Amino acid sequence: MSSSASATYLPKGLPIPVAEPDGLSAPYWAGLRQNRLLVQRCSHCQTWQFGPEWICHRCHAFDPEWVEVEPRGRIFSWERVWHPSHAALNQHGPYLVVLVEIPQAGGVRMVGNVLGDPLQEVLIGADAKGVFEHHPDSDPPYSLLQWHVVDAVRS
Amino acid sequence: MSGRSDRTLRGRVAVIGIGETEYYRHGASPDAEFKLALKAILAACNDARLDPRDIDGFASYSDDRSDASRLAAALGTHRLRTATMQWGGGGGGCCAAVANAAASIVAGLADCVVVFRSLAQGQYGRFGQTTGIDNISGEKAYLMPYGVLAPPQRFAMRVRRFMHDHGVRQEALRAIALASYHHAQANPRAVMHGKPLDPAKYDASRWIVEPFHLYDCCMENDGAAALVLVPEERAKDFRQKPVYVLGAAVGSGHRTGAIPHNSPLYASASFDTVALDLYRMAGLGPSDIGVVQSYENFTGGVVMALAEHGFFRPEEANDFFTLENLIAPSGRLPLNTSGGNLAECYMHGFGLVLEAVRQVRGTSSNQVARNDVAMVIGGPMVTPVSNLLLGSSATL
Repeated sequence: MSSSASATYLPKGLPIPVAEPDGLSAPYWAGLRQNRLLVQRCSHCQTWQFGPEWICHRCHAFDPEWVEVEPRGRIFSWERVWHPSHAALNQHGPYLVVLVEIPQAGGVRMVGNVLGDPLQEVLIGADAKGVFEHHPDSDPPYSLLQWHVVDAVRS
Repeated sequence: MSGRSDRTLRGRVAVIGIGETEYYRHGASPDAEFKLALKAILAACNDARLDPRDIDGFASYSDDRSDASRLAAALGTHRLRTATMQWGGGGGGCCAAVANAAASIVAGLADCVVVFRSLAQGQYGRFGQTTGIDNISGEKAYLMPYGVLAPPQRFAMRVRRFMHDHGVRQEALRAIALASYHHAQANPRAVMHGKPLDPAKYDASRWIVEPFHLYDCCMENDGAAALVLVPEERAKDFRQKPVYVLGAAVGSGHRTGAIPHNSPLYASASFDTVALDLYRMAGLGPSDIGVVQSYENFTGGVVMALAEHGFFRPEEANDFFTLENLIAPSGRLPLNTSGGNLAECYMHGFGLVLEAVRQVRGTSSNQVARNDVAMVIGGPMVTPVSNLLLGSSATL
């Protein structure tokens, strides 16, 4: 793995995330480009919601508000991927994917990569801090939210 | 009887014929996918001694490309009266397609419905690979840029969380793979017939994605499988022992479809509500089931699915999943007795439905002793999922 020598955790050439034609997730992707994590929160009933939807699943108010959230959370689950399922990953070696729960946003979860040694032990419950990973040279450009484990103590 | 209890599939329809093509490794079919579908349907009709022109409906799932109207035209059926496609991908629809066909018959829409799945991954692209640089949106946008590209990576974190929560060991997953390969050695249809698996070979196999070794993952295959359903009152007009639908259920619980990975009940195979619906319709419980075919996209999904169907408590998984418990003829709960998606053929779970029919008939190559009631579980960890209970006339 070459994350120390590379600006991005995974090699270039993987699919590029864009908002849907109807623009549902456009605020989320635009936020990441500005180092901001935005999550939907209903302004009527305060319910958090991610991924986004046009309606609050609790009170059915339309167009939940986008609210900035501090990018920190807890490891909810993890996997270490060995088999390359895309040509861009051939010869790359293993990498770590995590599911991070964000307690200050109602416990919504986000999928990302854990930066650092791909063979590190990952503990469910460990604290993690978000790191914005920018892909400015991509066409179109985009940004991802990656994670550093900051506390390896199992909660 | 109340109006509500009238609304059941229990005992109202029967499987009178089953058929499949030869099963191939992906890309190895000499036949076009649509031709495979036709061959499987004709085989099922021949099994029943039914004139294929009498078929008046088709049901399938997972966006099967073999269109019902084209099938009806190709077979020259007298007319078409029902054509149902179950929403959702993967094998979650393998029992739902049977339920939809059965519901069409019970509701009086049709009288002779074929349920089938045809799949030639060599001709239309594999599930296990993605290629190229594409702009993606929706659920995939939250996953693929992080290397969550194919099904093994989409499901491993659910299984990891379940193993963490309940102390499930790798050996539980291994037992499922061993049972499937054990059964495949007695099944000449199985792609892995003649290729046995032992614990050392499993342990030494490469990781696809932890906690899935190579042998925890289903195959990718070409082939087709089909069955024919008729109303209960016609069940005995055909040459095979009829196998009755005792119950079926489809769906998932509260917000299981919340993407990406935001379903409230995460470490789940999605059967928390669906298992209860099935038992309620059939009037049966886990102790009544003699044999189970449980869809294995990945072994870990089977652990969660069987727990959600009440065969054991999650904390008991390590004791339940041993090779001895899972094999025919007399294990505690013989599982995937054809070899299943791991070792017979990945026909998107429809081979599992056919095997449940064989068990009730008494014609499996790994016949179990307790065969009056057979269960099929379709598509763990997706939504919608589905399940099915089949039984002999003695269970009606």
